[in-house]
Amino acid sequence: MSDATANMTIYLKVWRQASAAAEGKFVDYKVDHVSPDMSFLEMFDVLNDQLVKKGEAPIAFDHDCREGICGMCSMMINGKAHGGEKGTTTCQLHMRKFKSGDAIVVEPWRAKAFPLVKDLVVDRSAFDKIIQAGGYTTAQTGNAPDANANLIPKTVADEAMDAAACIGCGACVASCPNGSAMLFMGAKISQLALLPQGQPEAPRRALNMVKSHDELLFGNCTNHAECEATCPKEIGLEHIARMNREYTKATFTYHEKVRGGDGA
Amino acid sequence: MSSAVSRYFTSSIGRKQLIALTGLGLCGFLVAHLLGNFTLFIGSDAFNIYAHKLMSLGPLVYIAEAGLAAMFALHLGLAIKMTIENKTARGQKYYMKTRTGRGETLMSATMPYTGLILFVFLILHILQFKFGPVYNTEVDGVFMRDLYRTVVEYFQSPLNTAWYVIAMAAAAMHTAHGFQSAFQTFGFNHGTWTPKLKILGIAYAVFVAGGFAAVSIFLHVKGA
Repeated sequence: MSDATANMTIYLKVWRQASAAAEGKFVDYKVDHVSPDMSFLEMFDVLNDQLVKKGEAPIAFDHDCREGICGMCSMMINGKAHGGEKGTTTCQLHMRKFKSGDAIVVEPWRAKAFPLVKDLVVDRSAFDKIIQAGGYTTAQTGNAPDANANLIPKTVADEAMDAAACIGCGACVASCPNGSAMLFMGAKISQLALLPQGQPEAPRRALNMVKSHDELLFGNCTNHAECEATCPKEIGLEHIARMNREYTKATFTYHEKVRGGDGA
Repeated sequence: MSSAVSRYFTSSIGRKQLIALTGLGLCGFLVAHLLGNFTLFIGSDAFNIYAHKLMSLGPLVYIAEAGLAAMFALHLGLAIKMTIENKTARGQKYYMKTRTGRGETLMSATMPYTGLILFVFLILHILQFKFGPVYNTEVDGVFMRDLYRTVVEYFQSPLNTAWYVIAMAAAAMHTAHGFQSAFQTFGFNHGTWTPKLKILGIAYAVFVAGGFAAVSIFLHVKGA
């Protein structure tokens, strides 16, 4: 590191845990030559380089695209998911947001439904299970339908797109005081419930996804709105409200025995 | 059919809607109770006649009491279950967890604690007034319980008054979050109406808790 601007020193307190079964603890690290232009993950790369050179095990953390769209970089930074900057993932959080000499605490997501794998890596496959329970449409294959066959108002399409921006990072669960996944699930239910392609299966989807969510031991929503505040895609509570409506509607109008016995 | 009912009553969304519904029901009761308490500002006869009229409704009183007890039991029971689930959903606690300042508030974070204070308050409140010292009086030739005296004697103690005001502060905090939260739980969320509902919730909390507290302070000052 000969870059003259790489002059920050950061004091890290990082959760280290060799495996799910192992005992974990915080370890203090001093990272020199940090550039304000580095992302938070690049600062970890610098630290891991140093650890490897010293013969120590590098800190395991999830990352992939590093451009804020994959949802992998889960880290609790000073008690806030992804560092708590508005609409920002950890990979898009830059060191210029900190001062040289700052002490930063880094922890993994804490949720019973997200078991720890190693260090800062957690297993978020509980989200996949919620999706498998109904977060899809049963589409007919064949030729692509005509673009104008389904007319969707621009405002509705925009709202569905806002919900579809969810990258499944788990910040909502991590920051929720109740460890609830309602914002994630609300976004997934919303994006499909808003569009005609998703509406035929909407009642069953709402019932099955909520059932799956509850069985996976996520907590209950009590409308704190910490999820909305830390969501890197700025998904709002209105999607949880839509899910609540969809669920209520399904409870009181949907009957398992549908005419014609189509197996629904 | 029964499977749909049991699914709703055991699901996270179904249960919190029941908490919201019973919470709003109790909010309604508080308004009625407060309006009755305002007769304490007028004087002993006004309050005693009001209480006497209310209690002479006979079976309607028992039905109302049973309804309130059921709402309260459901609200409390489901909330306790939910709170335990929410605590265990975290698993290992965070070493450091800070609020963003754009979400969780002191009101929302303390719902289980303010709720617990209100539960203790409610039990004591019923014991101290409904089942408190019984005096009799005569107003315009009608014999009735002198509940006014029971109330006034209670609020002569600065400790009793302070506890009452503290409990009302808890009620204000609990309803300031709970009232508006209930609407979100039912699925009402609107760019224009939701911010107004939040203001209405705070106004409700200040009016109701402030009203009860004002009556208690008024009686304390008057009786001292």
